[in-house]
Amino acid sequence: MVFMRFPARFAQFAAAAAFAAMIAGPAAAGTVNVAVAANFTDAANEIAALFKASTGHDAVLSFGATGALYTQITQAAPFDILLSADNERPALAVTEGHGVAGTVFPYAIGKVVLYSTAPALVTGEETLRAGAFSHIAIANPATAPYGRAAVEAMTALGVYDAVAPKIVQGENITQTFQFVETGNAELGFVALSQIIATDAGSRWQVPEELYEPIRQDAVLLVHGANNEAALAFMDFLRGPEANAVIEKFGYGTME
Amino acid sequence: MFRDAQLWPPILLTLQLATITTVVLLLVGTPIAWWLARSRARWKEVVGAVVSLPIVLPPTVLGFYLLIALGPNGPGGWVAGFFERRTLAFTFAALVIGSVIYSLPFVVQPIRNAFEAAGDRPLEAAATLRASPWDSFWSVALPLARPGLLTGAVLGFAHTVGEFGVVLMIGGSIPGQTKVLSIAIFDYVEQLRWGEAHVLAAGMLVFSFLVILAMTLAERRLWRARQ
Repeated sequence: MVFMRFPARFAQFAAAAAFAAMIAGPAAAGTVNVAVAANFTDAANEIAALFKASTGHDAVLSFGATGALYTQITQAAPFDILLSADNERPALAVTEGHGVAGTVFPYAIGKVVLYSTAPALVTGEETLRAGAFSHIAIANPATAPYGRAAVEAMTALGVYDAVAPKIVQGENITQTFQFVETGNAELGFVALSQIIATDAGSRWQVPEELYEPIRQDAVLLVHGANNEAALAFMDFLRGPEANAVIEKFGYGTME
Repeated sequence: MFRDAQLWPPILLTLQLATITTVVLLLVGTPIAWWLARSRARWKEVVGAVVSLPIVLPPTVLGFYLLIALGPNGPGGWVAGFFERRTLAFTFAALVIGSVIYSLPFVVQPIRNAFEAAGDRPLEAAATLRASPWDSFWSVALPLARPGLLTGAVLGFAHTVGEFGVVLMIGGSIPGQTKVLSIAIFDYVEQLRWGEAHVLAAGMLVFSFLVILAMTLAERRLWRARQ
């Protein structure tokens, strides 16, 4: 009998809570579920805290590889917003009917850095020309925007063919960073956001005219189209507070 | 449609890796299994548990530790120094090392079980016939453990064919050297090139099905032959 009473109590409680939520009206704090590309983890956590302080809404963040998150979204995962690591998946979300048309915008622009843990190894593009290394790590250019940008930059500098035999590929930019950070590859093309917190090693920020911008787009998903907290988050993400955080973590913004 | 897709190099590389790995696994795993089955040491189950750890560890975690171990600051870098290299990662040898560690429990366990199932009596009988321990191992224990050896070899081979996380972490996806079948399938899926992915994945499925079926049938025959 004890077991029978509990669900009844719970149902009462749930009904009361639901009623309270209804009479509290639209001013009540809501919740938005955001699917976030893993590379944006730290920035997103900070933005979510500011968002909570500013609007009272909770942003619940789920991190993962963009491809995996997108596949989950196609299978009706309860996400209101996707913060993608690329600009392809948000566009695809709209054409495939998972995203709301007209809501796509670039929330962050990724920047590529040639990086080594060795203090004097990376001095500039001449490091690539000299080729005095046995392994250079890049992200998979076919699937990862940072890998695509790395290949574009090397091609623009005319060093790609000479460097190609020394390339090792990480499946994504995180793994690429691990190859460099563990010293298995002497240097590699990583994201500025991965190394902005440290001064260690040597680095060369690749001039942005050498590669197509790495646009990380956000999109409002159909699941969140009527969620006030989701709409507020999309606005907040474009605002000066969020942009300051995004730039602090090594990304560019459209402002 | 698939002519330019270069489907064959990853397949051949995978078969090569699985074959070499299986040979190494049998050479390394059989003595370990023998010792685990026969030893009376109290701490042998500690060793048994260590051998089984790769079952528990997520492959990417195991791969990350291997990446550090193979690198310039680990023992792998020290070994690589003799070949005037900085690291053992990103080489075929690295994949063999990773695969052996990753598949070791799948080979040791069935062989150990087979040694234990054979029991002491055949070995005691051999001893009364004045067979040396070495001789009784080769002509009595090993033949009796044949079903276990077969199971271990097939499991090790199949497990290596299907391996992904460890190879992903230490391979660097170099075509013809470290880009194996599972990585190629993953790449095709990520690129939304599902046609090629389907072909490779279906081939892998059929292959695995046949391997497991053949193993089961052969094992049954071996057991029956012993009765």
